[in-house]
Amino acid sequence: MPKFQRHFREFLRELGELSVLVIEAARSLRYQTPSCREVLAQMYFVGVRSQSVVMTTGAATGMVLCAQTFFQFHKFKMESATGAVVSVGMSSELGPVLAGLMLTARVGASMAAELGTMKVTEQIDALRTLATHPVDYLVVPRLIACTLAAPLLTAQAVVVGIGASYAVGIHLLGISGPYYMANIDRYTDPSDVMIGMIKATVFGAVIALVSCYKGLTCSHGAEGVGRATTDAVVAASITILVSNFFLTVFLTRLFAP
Amino acid sequence: MIEVRDLHKTLGTQRVLCGTTFSIEEGEAVVIIGRSGGGKSVLLKHLIGLMTPDSGKVLVNGEDLACLNERSLLRVRRQFGMLFQTAALFDSLSVFDNVSFLLRRERRQTDGEIRRLVAEALDMVELAGIEQKMPGELSGGMRKRVGLARAIIHRPAVVLYDEPTTGLDPIAAARIDQLIRRVWGHLKVTSIAVTHDMKSARTISDRILMLHEGEIYASGPTADILSSSDPVLNHFVNGIAEPRTAPIN
Repeated sequence: MPKFQRHFREFLRELGELSVLVIEAARSLRYQTPSCREVLAQMYFVGVRSQSVVMTTGAATGMVLCAQTFFQFHKFKMESATGAVVSVGMSSELGPVLAGLMLTARVGASMAAELGTMKVTEQIDALRTLATHPVDYLVVPRLIACTLAAPLLTAQAVVVGIGASYAVGIHLLGISGPYYMANIDRYTDPSDVMIGMIKATVFGAVIALVSCYKGLTCSHGAEGVGRATTDAVVAASITILVSNFFLTVFLTRLFAP
Repeated sequence: MIEVRDLHKTLGTQRVLCGTTFSIEEGEAVVIIGRSGGGKSVLLKHLIGLMTPDSGKVLVNGEDLACLNERSLLRVRRQFGMLFQTAALFDSLSVFDNVSFLLRRERRQTDGEIRRLVAEALDMVELAGIEQKMPGELSGGMRKRVGLARAIIHRPAVVLYDEPTTGLDPIAAARIDQLIRRVWGHLKVTSIAVTHDMKSARTISDRILMLHEGEIYASGPTADILSSSDPVLNHFVNGIAEPRTAPIN
């Protein structure tokens, strides 16, 4: 069988298995109430402990976006529009995508490695012998935590990013503060924020599902865990980047006035 | 109680089980012996539905495990306890959380009752007072005993042991054997172990099944199997290797 065909079949098989995992997670929510303790533990790990990484990313992105936009707009004497570009860009595109990618690197890799290690050390089998479905105990709390934490972290990244861009724009580049804020207010539509939050929620679910899937299906040994971790980060990142385009098109049309 | 009919399983290109058939009655203490890599653990995992056969049936109280989905299997598995070869303790949870795992998930008992049951289970495996330790702080023998406490805390009808003494020193192994025998006697469970440790098999079983080339080669009372003059049984029980004729390069 040609290599491309083999890879394509493998891709379809993984897509099918991932769909089964999504259905099983949905069924799990119907059959049982997730353990509050587990969900809170995951929320702490995914949400609270990711704040510094996500805020740093937001701040750095806001600052560089502000500076670059200013340098380009300065050629046309449109410096005061810098704030609007930063605000809309951060809210609807850069905020959710960059927060999603940072979460993938920090949380997704950890989830895949943890579940992969549990798989190769027979801990997943032990769960099953203790009359516990691995999806109920391992996947659902992570899915809930990621889906709730991702939009909150994104909001934090956006606010910090806009704040950082304000500091750079006003104090370093000399843009007028009131104009900067007025343009942000004038050109940032509530739908931009809404689009960003919906995207972040979807990305959160993608990170949890892809990472858990890669961990649960990891092959034997330390090499298998390593590969599962790498695959989880690559697959979740690509899914975020590709789905971002389709979400942008779909949601922009949905929220179009 | 447990019936295995014409079980076939191939892993990769290797045929592991080829028409395995046997049955185990309630309250029996059975050991399945066989060579390393001969499919004993695979067979054990079929008995609790952790693996699905290519063909054949595993019936638990008349219910075919292959016909049940994962959620229905959870109900059947509630009747089982299993001690894994590596103990398979949840390494991010304390001993207390490991042992009480199933009871806390089911939420049928109060916290006080669960604490008492955990203490009882740990006392039974002679590890009282280690509730707050983490699995990483325990020796191999202690991990197995905690694994055993976790397997029996919910009073299962059947306890499965996957190589219970592998990797332990002779004293720790003997202690595990005594515990297995004690659990069988006190809790009136059906005990099914796979091992290639003949000393252990002698201690913990009333009946031995020998798995050889994917099939049950012999089945009978422990004393009969251990003293059998059949060449395959005799070689295995007494650890006699086939002489190698090929020169070593």
